[in-house]
Amino acid sequence: MSIIRSLTLLLIALVSLWSLPASAQDDDPGKALLANLAEAPASNVEEAINAIVSSGDPRARGWLEAYGNNRLSRIKDTGQVVVVLNNRGRDWEIANPLTGENMGDMSRRELDRVAINNAIRGQLEGILAMLDLNAADPHVREASAQDMMGKVDASLVEPLEARLELEENANVRNRIEEALAIYRVGEGDIEAVDVLAGSLHPRARAALNQAVRSDDPVLAKKAGQALGTIEQKLKLNRAAETLYFGLSLGSVLVLAAIGLAITFGVMGVINMAHGELIMLGAYTTWGMQQLLPGQPGLALILSIPAGFLVAATAGIIIERSVIQYLKGRPLETLLATFGISLILQQLVRTVISPQNRTVVTPDWMSGSLVINDALSLTLNRMYVLGFALVVFAALMLIMRKTRLGLEVRAVTQNRNMARSMGIRATRVDIMTFALGSGVAGLAGVALSQLTNVGPNLGQNYIIDSFMVVVFGGVGNLWGTLIAGLSLGTINQLLEPWAGAVLAKIIVLVFIILFIQKRPKGLFPQKGRAAEG
Amino acid sequence: MTIKKHVKLGLSALALSVSLNAMAAEDPIKVGILHSLSGTMAISETVLKDTVEMLIEKQNAEGGVLGRQLEAVVVDPASNWPLFAEKARELLAKEEVDVIFGNWTSVSRKSVLPVVEELNGLLFYPVQYEGEESSENVFYTGAAPNQQAIPAVNYLMNEIGVERWVLAGTDYVYPRTTNKILETYLMDMGVAKEDIMINYTPFGHSDWQNIVSDIKSFGSAGKKTAVVSTINGDANVPFYRELGNQGISASDIPVVAFSVGEQELSGIDTGPLVGHLAAWNYFMSVDSDANYDFIDQWVAHTGDEEAVTNDPMEAHYIGFNMYVEAVKKAGTTDVDAVKDAIIGVSVPNLTGGYAAMMPNHHITKPVLIGEIQDNGQFSVVWETPSTVAGDAWSDYLPGSRDLIADWRKPLFCGTFNTVTGKCGASAGQMAAEEAE
Repeated sequence: MSIIRSLTLLLIALVSLWSLPASAQDDDPGKALLANLAEAPASNVEEAINAIVSSGDPRARGWLEAYGNNRLSRIKDTGQVVVVLNNRGRDWEIANPLTGENMGDMSRRELDRVAINNAIRGQLEGILAMLDLNAADPHVREASAQDMMGKVDASLVEPLEARLELEENANVRNRIEEALAIYRVGEGDIEAVDVLAGSLHPRARAALNQAVRSDDPVLAKKAGQALGTIEQKLKLNRAAETLYFGLSLGSVLVLAAIGLAITFGVMGVINMAHGELIMLGAYTTWGMQQLLPGQPGLALILSIPAGFLVAATAGIIIERSVIQYLKGRPLETLLATFGISLILQQLVRTVISPQNRTVVTPDWMSGSLVINDALSLTLNRMYVLGFALVVFAALMLIMRKTRLGLEVRAVTQNRNMARSMGIRATRVDIMTFALGSGVAGLAGVALSQLTNVGPNLGQNYIIDSFMVVVFGGVGNLWGTLIAGLSLGTINQLLEPWAGAVLAKIIVLVFIILFIQKRPKGLFPQKGRAAEG
Repeated sequence: MTIKKHVKLGLSALALSVSLNAMAAEDPIKVGILHSLSGTMAISETVLKDTVEMLIEKQNAEGGVLGRQLEAVVVDPASNWPLFAEKARELLAKEEVDVIFGNWTSVSRKSVLPVVEELNGLLFYPVQYEGEESSENVFYTGAAPNQQAIPAVNYLMNEIGVERWVLAGTDYVYPRTTNKILETYLMDMGVAKEDIMINYTPFGHSDWQNIVSDIKSFGSAGKKTAVVSTINGDANVPFYRELGNQGISASDIPVVAFSVGEQELSGIDTGPLVGHLAAWNYFMSVDSDANYDFIDQWVAHTGDEEAVTNDPMEAHYIGFNMYVEAVKKAGTTDVDAVKDAIIGVSVPNLTGGYAAMMPNHHITKPVLIGEIQDNGQFSVVWETPSTVAGDAWSDYLPGSRDLIADWRKPLFCGTFNTVTGKCGASAGQMAAEEAE
């Protein structure tokens, strides 16, 4: 790749040119460079990029970035190359790449996108990473050195080695060394295998795997040994990862089920519309993000109380309008709430849209926490796991330490006795159902970060929720927590060797068998309450 | 809100057609629309109902067909497969529609097949499917596997240099058949069995952590790896999200999807997906005047500036225009005459070319590979040099290799075995048998 050779040139040029003012537009060399790139046939694109890089123009990085992001377009009539600032809808907002001046909106019909594909984007990433290796922030340098792994070729070795000389940060040094070693192993360098021996990076493993297949027996053997040690380490990481996956799936199950543990477990109402209450919570998140455009994080945080309130209000309406009249008739309650669930789904379809809605994940929730190259824990799931535990703790606190909790327990254990003690049972029913529904709303807020927000969202979780509550023991919050987390973990342990479909079936069969043996679940209610 | 508007539109269209009918000598041509408007499939199918309504409106504004107006008869099979058959019977027997546009899933089509064959109806099916079928009464305007899956794999193999393959799909008939075809095809091309990983997940699967992690380690064996995804609709969002979160970018392991279109992308934050691929026969971003006109029309029809178009909508556009042309050619809406006339009819598609109806009731289509962009659109990176004719019976499955479909006389058969020289059971009979 000859592009890279000229990079060093560009770097020097960058420094010297930065201070120069932009020259008049017409004889701006950038105009020709961009036109050249826009009109180049696929085979000449590399050359055109090369020309831009070696021109040393300070705006080159911006152009290449726009090009890489599919934001470079050509006006069909005039042939002028423009940067597309906003490419949504039928009219696109464009700007002049030479001056940065905003040129307003232009119809999509008038614009011709400058084509790019993955191969060229890969090269561009290499170029941009090389530029970033000189950044002041060591984290940026480390990230770009990591990007270089597996992308090093003959022309890059020299500048990388030069960079390595200057580099002081140990992490960045390691990365550069690994990147170089991957290239050298590919070239048959036996010494370089040692550098990669401890690396867990998938590209290092890929390079070693390739070396194992090489014709040189010494290299193949050494690479094989290095791979052996890596595999050992990987196994451990893999086990930790599976455990995390299990806990994460478990936390989703707990969140979905815990509201039901209150309405079904404590109150004994079979609420088939529980899933739709979750859905309402998720839609509240979407609504919040529509109300606060550009601030997905704040909207998400505000959705937590809002989602609770919306779902709790819906719960109160359902309880007052239907469930209170069906007390003690579980079959009718089941059918009625199933009807409500269908009504709510269709309501969302007709009022909002049958399409899924986009819920944006805030920056602080995307990506993952990197423990090492083989083990990274996805952030959104970690937040959900934490959130599930917080919700659980809060519920426990309410049930155990507040007057409401006391009244709820009293009413469910002996309704008549509680009433004769002056507790307003009807009011407690409403509050309990609202609490359970509100918690379902909270689950929806969390789930909006993991899955689709659409009319079918609730359906996907209703079966799982009942499964968890029944398995954990009806009426026992601790049981729900343990059941959710353990079912999640069992599912994820089974999945690698049984496949997702079979794993689900096995878990279901397991629960059926378990319930045969222990009809009251993991933690059955004890004492007089159990008989009532 | 939209419903109100639709009702209003529908009423005014009705009023219009009624008043016009008074003038026209003949009854209107009845067009049945058999798409789910409620239930799980409503997410995909409601836009297709709207599309057909829009096309009918436009055709009526241009004076209808043979001097007759068109009239939409909309029913809601509610994502319920047996109900599809009942509603199809209602359309054909009670409403006496001249043609039906409908269905999305293969099971719903299989459920409708015996009915359309029994009552001799016409059905235009607009979605890409697994092939292995050709019915006298059905016109397949979506892609067969050789018009989507095979060219996409060729692109990955030849242009990207992929050597190791993950075939990931939702567990039902379309992905299973497509993956079987692809597996045979890849092995024929010399790919070793250990370089192919096949994975199925349930409908609506939302926990992809383990599978994505598997794909990641499968992809670190030193060979360029790609994922060929037949994952259905909804499950894609969490799948791509997990890919992004686990740091798999399109330049490491590209994913080429056959079921992810503009509609699906409109439900996700596409940032982490940029560069992943999809294979279709149409993209909303295609640069052609026919397409821009269609989009303008669609935006006007829906009243939503952000409304997106997608591949099955184009399939209905083509199917509808083919029907109109065939009726004009036959001079009547008589089903047998139209069936005869439509073979060989060629109409413009939205990508700047033409689509022709082949004797096996499949159509010719260009195959496009698009990369996902940050605006939820695809940018075309590759396309077949010419259009590809749909193949009803795959050459890569042992049972179907010898079968051909040709609905011209004298052959007039959808399952003709070139080895034995015999014509097998009709598609409807086979579907009915399977159901039993």
